[in-house]
Amino acid sequence: MEEFVKKRIREVLKGERDAFAEIVELYKDKVYLICYRMLGNTHEAEDLTQETFLRAYVNIDRYNINRKFSTWIYRIATNLCIDRIRKKKPDFSLDAQIKGTDGLTMYSQLSSPRSLPEDEVVEMEIQDIVQKAIMNLPEKYRTVVVLKYIEELSLQEIAEILEMPIGTVKTRLYRGREALRKQLRHI
Amino acid sequence: MSKCPENIIEYMHEYLDNEIDPEHEQILMEHLRTCQTCQKHFHDLKKTVVLLQGTAHIKAPDRITSQVMALLPREKKQVGIKRWLYRHPFLTAAAVFVLFMMISAISVWNQSNDFSVTKYENILIEENNTAVVPDGEVIHGDIVVKNGNIRIEGKVEGNVTIINGEKYLASAGEVTGEIEEINEWFDWLWFSIKDLFKKLVEI
Repeated sequence: MEEFVKKRIREVLKGERDAFAEIVELYKDKVYLICYRMLGNTHEAEDLTQETFLRAYVNIDRYNINRKFSTWIYRIATNLCIDRIRKKKPDFSLDAQIKGTDGLTMYSQLSSPRSLPEDEVVEMEIQDIVQKAIMNLPEKYRTVVVLKYIEELSLQEIAEILEMPIGTVKTRLYRGREALRKQLRHI
Repeated sequence: MSKCPENIIEYMHEYLDNEIDPEHEQILMEHLRTCQTCQKHFHDLKKTVVLLQGTAHIKAPDRITSQVMALLPREKKQVGIKRWLYRHPFLTAAAVFVLFMMISAISVWNQSNDFSVTKYENILIEENNTAVVPDGEVIHGDIVVKNGNIRIEGKVEGNVTIINGEKYLASAGEVTGEIEEINEWFDWLWFSIKDLFKKLVEI
């Protein structure tokens, strides 16, 4: 698969525009899923999926052909999503440390994040509940959780996509999962 | 309720990421057998993971590919040229050759402002950059005069070429070959190329 992709990319680099269509075909579902998970709505997900591939095409000469293509394209997608989230709302970060506490964040103060009423739960698809829970996560935990459970990416790959130390990925994944556990345990 | 081991939650996460070492795993498993709270915690975590994994079947709309392709910028001009060059190596080499020829020809033309004339014993040089074939003398061969004039009073058995200058043919003068005056650089270039080929043929 990686070989196939690299062959197509070499063609794109030579100017074969149409070879790019095959790359889009291959990655569109994953990229779309990342965007949907991050943003929580199909319209924006579609928009940013297009944007991701557009950026990839324009900057294709910056892609290092010796690295995995998926890592590169997922990075573009997550960065675009993070930008979009940050633009959307000036969110006061739950991760900001509370003054006078040692490493305690607002986040850890949320004892039971938004439990959904019983009858609403029944009406909603499990899908939607999960998505809603993900949307409740602060963006930095959301990113890690989304990448982890889209394609069972390894922690190492996630670290490469987000360009951060693997230890940070681990910690964020733990916290993200814990937060989701609290929200989803009633299902 | 027995006190839970430190880091037991962390071990759970390590377990979920397949990153747990055997020692931690043993501690975790033993503890889970006895602690209901941690059992519940671990169970909820695993359920969370299953829920997250189970939702990965969302598909992008089919139209995305065609939409993206429609949005792509036209092929970069640069790439188009590159590809053309790539496919026509001989034409490319020829074009590069001609380009360099032109450049060097122009620079040579601009540089050579000095008066010069093909050397023959019996050609005289006057002060105002004029070569003179004196009356009664016979030159056997071609003469090229650059950046100066020539006055022919005698006889030249060959061609005379004047670059950037003028010729004066006295009534007694005679040239058996052709006389050519060149005052534009492309004429001169044409002459140089002809000359080059003549020399090549002679060799």
